[in-house]
Amino acid sequence: MIQIVNHKIDTLALIESVKDDGGGAIDVFIGTTRNQTKGKKVLRLDFEAYEPMAIKELQKIADRACSQWGILNYAIVHRVGTVEIGEEAVVIAVSTPHREHAFQACKFIIDELKKTVPIWKKEIFEDGEVWVAAHP
Amino acid sequence: MTITILAFGIARDLFGDRTIKLDLKGGETVAEVMSLLKDRYEGLKQLKSVVLAVNEDYVEDDYQIKSGDELAIIPPVSGG
Repeated sequence: MIQIVNHKIDTLALIESVKDDGGGAIDVFIGTTRNQTKGKKVLRLDFEAYEPMAIKELQKIADRACSQWGILNYAIVHRVGTVEIGEEAVVIAVSTPHREHAFQACKFIIDELKKTVPIWKKEIFEDGEVWVAAHP
Repeated sequence: MTITILAFGIARDLFGDRTIKLDLKGGETVAEVMSLLKDRYEGLKQLKSVVLAVNEDYVEDDYQIKSGDELAIIPPVSGG
């Protein structure tokens, strides 16, 4: 299951959704929003996505993960809109028969997401705002 | 032909709009259009990376833009 949502993510429901009787492991990655960047206080984050392309790119990543590791079920949910400090911006849950594959697949999905999926994060500071990673 | 380009993230700030229109002679490649955009919006040259996606996919630089293609400018992504 792949979703881009503009509301809080129900992490427990996602974990529940990937459970499988053939599974021996569920690995979960939760990306949360931090209250500072390089010592500078962050008030909140705004995320935006080119949604149809983001879904397509996430599907490509999930398909590659499924072909590489014996994934039983997966869930990838990323938020857009304003995300308050400490909230989940992204949750990835993967179930596999054995734990090693769950760890590897989950790490692969978040690492690739950060490289290719058209989603952008803006940090809002007290004195301005910055699109993350835009400039060298 | 006139094409519409969707803009996201910092590219939208640089364009000052969610979409911009560009008149093309026809037959231009993605690389040529990117070059036109960089001339028009100097700020694009300062970005760590910037590419044009066509019809919701990353494409090669030599892709020739056709009438009806949906173009989107993709500045450095920062999801997660």
